[in-house]
Amino acid sequence: MEPATATQAAAPAVPQLKDELDIVIPTIRNLDFLEMWRPFFQPYHLIIVQDGDPSKTIKVPEGFDYELYNRNDINKILGPKASCISFKDSACRCFGYMVSKKKYIFTIDDDCFVAKDPSGKAINALEQHIKNLLSPSTPFFFNTLYDPFRDGADFVRGYPFSLREGVPTAVSHGLWLNIPDYDAPTQLVKPLERNTRYVDAVLSIPKGTLFPMCGMNLAFDRELIGPAMYFGLMGDGQPIGRYDDMWAGWCVKVICDHLGLGVKTGLPYIYHSKASNPFVNLRKEYKGIFWQEEIIPFFQQAVLPKDCTTVQKCYVELSKQVKDKLGKIDPYFDKLADAMVTWIDAWDELNPSGASLPNGKAK
Amino acid sequence: MSLEVKDDEIDIVVAAIHSDLTSFMNEWRPIFSRFHLIIVKDPDLKEELKIPEGFNLDVYKKSDIDRVVGSSTSILFSGYSCRYFGYLVSRKKYIISVDDDCLPARENDGFLVDAVAQHITNLTTPATPFFFNTLYDPYCEGADFVRGYPFSLRSGVKCALSCGLWLNLADHDAPTQALKPGHRNSRYVDAVLTVPARALAPISGINIAFDREVVGPAMLPALRLAGEGKFRWETMEDIWSGMCVKVICDHLGLGVKTGLPYVWRNDRGDAIASLKKEWEGVKLMEEVVPFFQSVRLPRTATTAEDCVVEVANAVKEQLGSTDPVFARAAGAMLDWVKLWKSVGSSASS
Repeated sequence: MEPATATQAAAPAVPQLKDELDIVIPTIRNLDFLEMWRPFFQPYHLIIVQDGDPSKTIKVPEGFDYELYNRNDINKILGPKASCISFKDSACRCFGYMVSKKKYIFTIDDDCFVAKDPSGKAINALEQHIKNLLSPSTPFFFNTLYDPFRDGADFVRGYPFSLREGVPTAVSHGLWLNIPDYDAPTQLVKPLERNTRYVDAVLSIPKGTLFPMCGMNLAFDRELIGPAMYFGLMGDGQPIGRYDDMWAGWCVKVICDHLGLGVKTGLPYIYHSKASNPFVNLRKEYKGIFWQEEIIPFFQQAVLPKDCTTVQKCYVELSKQVKDKLGKIDPYFDKLADAMVTWIDAWDELNPSGASLPNGKAK
Repeated sequence: MSLEVKDDEIDIVVAAIHSDLTSFMNEWRPIFSRFHLIIVKDPDLKEELKIPEGFNLDVYKKSDIDRVVGSSTSILFSGYSCRYFGYLVSRKKYIISVDDDCLPARENDGFLVDAVAQHITNLTTPATPFFFNTLYDPYCEGADFVRGYPFSLRSGVKCALSCGLWLNLADHDAPTQALKPGHRNSRYVDAVLTVPARALAPISGINIAFDREVVGPAMLPALRLAGEGKFRWETMEDIWSGMCVKVICDHLGLGVKTGLPYVWRNDRGDAIASLKKEWEGVKLMEEVVPFFQSVRLPRTATTAEDCVVEVANAVKEQLGSTDPVFARAAGAMLDWVKLWKSVGSSASS
């Protein structure tokens, strides 16, 4: 299985939402991968979050419009609140979400290339994410023909008409061909497994159902759910890693369910080229594997009060529950709960006018 | 096909709504011929059934249905509902049922889809209803659980129901098909996934398989539309049955899968004609869905039969006064459990 090469052919004549969407890319190495994405990404503004040594210069390929933040910039902009942004972990990307001024965010890892669909055509992942975000979700009743708003699909017999309008889509979660997103134990047992199955579907994750959200190929409506996309405390000085996107995904899903917003998963695919070292991963994930056994029931049972009508209010309330119920597992969760509040404070400071607009009806 | 399941553990049940089953049986022959088939003739059908040679099958007609079921029941085994008689008299563990206007589908590379093998694979590998796996079925070749999937949930639960899909004429209701008369489903989605716990879905009876030992009593003929007809978009019986099964599976900790296998569904009928005649089913769903979303079964209901009785009582209580069709459905559900206990679960045929 190979990534696509002839990407120019698939670039759209008119890039949708080009002034309303930022592409956030965390990087510690280089941005060579952008060359391959150029026909699809060049019309958009990039926010590069440089992790690791701030004295290193990350070269951005010519022709891209971007802003770049290293650790010094993050410290300068956030001051003491910078403590909530992870260091030496791609979780730092959420700084990019906070500092963006756009309605939509697409985030992608720097080892993700353009994939090919079964006909051999290069997949414009950004275009598919935009389609997903601009069409409604259907979380209240499962449609067996998947996303009814896609071309060539529709609601099946028995789907109540009153639910066919759907709800706004807050998150579009894409998938990966080639190196699958496995945890360390699975990687160790199946080092050669590659995901070669192209599943031509987008679907809404039902209300009340949690999922493992991967940050490799992800898009969201920043105005609808941005403040909940905090990627937690990972990496340097933290007891855990590779749970940043997971944590954000659980918080996001609980809040989306509460506010009546939708989360889609499935297309688009990207080509994931680099398999990380499973032994390094195991050390990072180790505690998480045990802790998630308690974390999952916590999120499954989390209830947000009716007066939490904004994402920020929901998130702060969640942080209180995290401290209350997960604090006893490990002092890390106390720190994390505090960091969640710091994050919201920082978000509201950097995003003043839209700070407390109600985002939907709390259920 | 799973090595552990023997051919004689499977029954294929076909409701004959059409009398001439020749091309249907011949097209399915490569896949069906090794199994025992139960053909149930729609009691309303006047003509003799035409069935080609070379199959191991039992055919049940109106006289058989009357003899076995008697007149003591409110259940009408006519039209699409005649298939439930087949479920009742089967003595096998697994049942696979397809509508008689469906043929084997072909994958994108041209290979014939063995719907029986796929359904059996679905039923004999665990379901994962408590947490969504973004790579869909983790038990299929080349896939697994993704990072972040809790380890304690990776052994899954037993899968009780496998709902397949349809290429060409998809299972849309009459208004939808009437609005888009040329619309045909050509998208082959190469996935099986578990419908999450507490999520409801419209479970179509066109291409379905289930573990009879575990949920047989819950696959029931109950909701009969006043204008029910011989086209799928003039029925709701399978949708109602599917709601019951999902609620019961959620309660008993069993799984329901959806996705592969596909069947090819022939063009048939005129959606606009059906629309003019009837869209009672569409209106009823507005009551049906909130009811099933809110129904709760007591801890004491530990078998499918118990659960059906509980749901039937809840239907009578909460929906009975809304529309007589619901009161009749509740009665039919209770009759079904009685029938199942006397006819359905006895060891000898």
